[in-house]
Amino acid sequence: MLLVITAIAIARVVDLFAAVMLSGIYGLLSASFFVAMDAVDVAFTEAAVGAGIFPLLMLMVLGVTGRYEKLEANLKKPAVVKKVAMLMLMLLTGGLLIFGTIDMPAFGSADAPAQQHVNIRYIEQSPEEIGIPNMVTSVLASYRGYDTLGEVLVIFTAAMGVLALFSSQLFSPSKPSMQVEQGGMRDHHVLRIVSKILIPLILLFAFYVQFHGEYGPGGGFQAGVIFAAGIILYTMLYGLNKAMEVIKPSVLRILCAFGVFIYGSTGVVSMLSGGNFLDYSVLASDPIIGQHLGILVIELGVGITIAAGMILIFFAFSHQAESQLGEG
Amino acid sequence: MLNHLPILQVIVPLLAAPACLLLNKPRLSWLFACFAAVISLLISGALLYQVQQSGVISYMLGGWDAPWGIEYRIDLLSAYVLLIVSAIGTVVLLAANTSIRQEIDEDKQSVFYVLYLLCMAGLLGIVATGDIFNVFVFLEISSLATYALVAFGRDRRALLAAYQYLILGTIGATFLLLGIGLLYSLTGTLNMQDLAERLPVASESATVYTAFAFMIVGVCLKLALFPLHLWLPNTYTYAPSIVTAFLAATATKVAIYLLIRLYFSVFGADFSALPIQPIFIGLGLVSVFVASTVAIKQPNIKRLFAYSSVAQIGYMIIGIGIGSSLGLQATLLHLFNHALMKGALFLALAAVVYRIGSAERSGFNGLAKQMPWTMAAIVVAGLSLIGVPLTVGFVSKWYLVLASFQSGLWPVALLIVIGSLLSIYYVWALVESAYFGKAAMPSNVSSSSAANLSPIKEAPLSLLIPIWILVLANVYFGIDTRLPLEASATAANFLMGGGS
Repeated sequence: MLLVITAIAIARVVDLFAAVMLSGIYGLLSASFFVAMDAVDVAFTEAAVGAGIFPLLMLMVLGVTGRYEKLEANLKKPAVVKKVAMLMLMLLTGGLLIFGTIDMPAFGSADAPAQQHVNIRYIEQSPEEIGIPNMVTSVLASYRGYDTLGEVLVIFTAAMGVLALFSSQLFSPSKPSMQVEQGGMRDHHVLRIVSKILIPLILLFAFYVQFHGEYGPGGGFQAGVIFAAGIILYTMLYGLNKAMEVIKPSVLRILCAFGVFIYGSTGVVSMLSGGNFLDYSVLASDPIIGQHLGILVIELGVGITIAAGMILIFFAFSHQAESQLGEG
Repeated sequence: MLNHLPILQVIVPLLAAPACLLLNKPRLSWLFACFAAVISLLISGALLYQVQQSGVISYMLGGWDAPWGIEYRIDLLSAYVLLIVSAIGTVVLLAANTSIRQEIDEDKQSVFYVLYLLCMAGLLGIVATGDIFNVFVFLEISSLATYALVAFGRDRRALLAAYQYLILGTIGATFLLLGIGLLYSLTGTLNMQDLAERLPVASESATVYTAFAFMIVGVCLKLALFPLHLWLPNTYTYAPSIVTAFLAATATKVAIYLLIRLYFSVFGADFSALPIQPIFIGLGLVSVFVASTVAIKQPNIKRLFAYSSVAQIGYMIIGIGIGSSLGLQATLLHLFNHALMKGALFLALAAVVYRIGSAERSGFNGLAKQMPWTMAAIVVAGLSLIGVPLTVGFVSKWYLVLASFQSGLWPVALLIVIGSLLSIYYVWALVESAYFGKAAMPSNVSSSSAANLSPIKEAPLSLLIPIWILVLANVYFGIDTRLPLEASATAANFLMGGGS
């Protein structure tokens, strides 16, 4: 219910800053919703992405565009016919969705088809076949490992897309200009001190999530996002140039590609050792150790690409914002 | 290594993409991308051969058996579409270097090739996989890459076009995902073949109908069926010329493949719950007429052929709607043939843009004297578009008309022929101005003045050769029709004959 209210509030509010904050709340709410549905891993991802990195990135975008929506003065109000048509279309889609749920198996019932088919093997056999307690990780990283490779490439593609739009000066060695003075929030001592305590913890937590994914909820995706959030926080407080001194964009670009390589070459190596693509069992003499090794390595690849990709996207945006400030 | 071909087909361009990024020198990236594309072309040829010899190839990713792991499943249909995509992708890429050097800033060119390879890999992945969620993942890869590629356009309106496409494309993908989720809740599986087996049990439920509706609408958004085509004209017009050639010849084709795959292999041809076939025929015909009529008036030639693409997609949808094996064969033929002719046309337009700087109709006046080879290519490909005998366009339209007669739908056949007349009109108007129009004064040929004081020259060989490869393919496959005919006939029978 809260979800619906928040969603409506997001659509109605004119102040984009408020909208971003509300969508952060939306992310957190849906994360708790997923916890209530017993999907802890999904909830963790949603918390990291929806409530963590998404608002940060959106804030940066607002830095480029400005805080308020352009008022309708220069936009024509859509004609009534169009409005009615839009309403009909929405009702149709919504109605169809509700219609579709009529025959859906009841939530949580044990004899729903979704529980009866492939899941049985995931639940009953994955501890023996793969040897790690977190079944979600086994499904994501091994049974459906190729999908995960695909998802990593989606992030990689997104990062490339942003680079395609903004890249021009990001990689040229930036000249120390007057921007150094205005970047960041120099005067907020409280924020800076609190963040100095928090950021190392965030980064540390990211590593914990990274390597603990086999046992608890978590893994490369969440870790990468959390790590990136830490760095982004640092950038927001201390300014872009300082952050770019620590992590050079060109290094990030290499890392971003490198993570994909780690993942992909794991597949190629398993192919060369006689198995199918991404068959980790052949990586070591004992299949279970092979699975362990494979999952550890690919999660590392995932983490690297996600973190590098996110930071790269953020740098590209904030570079744009700062150069606009510099001109304006 | 031969049994790894299905995965190599996708993995080669997929992993070549980050490698391209590491190279970071435009020329090197291009060479490397071409290398990867040629390899994947060879693989797709080998795959088609293998499938023809020994039937369906199934490849278990990660070594897990089908419904638990992800399966790559290459049957004749997918092998055929893989060949189309990788062949066009390669030929267009060969031409890319020249055109891209002029249209995109130098420091962004490597990123361009990275995205191009990603897009190609994404499209190949959609076709090769036998897992419905995997389709969605690769659809996302290819779509994201496409949005970025479109945004490379020099015109600032390219950004807006990319944004429009992004919104509509995302809606399409979300609909598809909703459908997939509903199907999973009913069957507990994501593997297409497994899904097809388990669906009949659940077929009398509202959830299946909803899933079907969402998935079909989602895919139709992607393939730009009227009235869901609104993103297409802007996208094609403002994207860099090379990107237009690539997209027009591959992206919509893969979406049509997906439609066929979902409709025939997953839901089954006898899934007759909704009156989908008359809807397809109706919308297909409307596409043909509306889009062709709009095309006639377009001042921008790229936009003209973009509308013509919408019309051609209409023909393919009619073929699916007829619902007979012959109709499906006509669709598959047109898939192949349309890729060839639109590839050739848009590449030729890329050459024109390379020399004149724009694709406005006024620039074409008297162009045949200055760029004879390029214009000749446009003429041949245009004839093929109309469906003149001895070109590929004739073959597929012939089959389409034949199919509609066979099913007793003679008004449809008549309308198809009338629709072709419309395409004669717009192609002829272009040819007329190029061959018989007077060359305009240099000043209003193009906006940039200094370069145009010297007479316009023929396009460089690096563009002409790929163009003519495609043009000759248009003629060759129009005369020697064995390869596409056999492949499409077997694939169509296979699909109609009780699913895969």
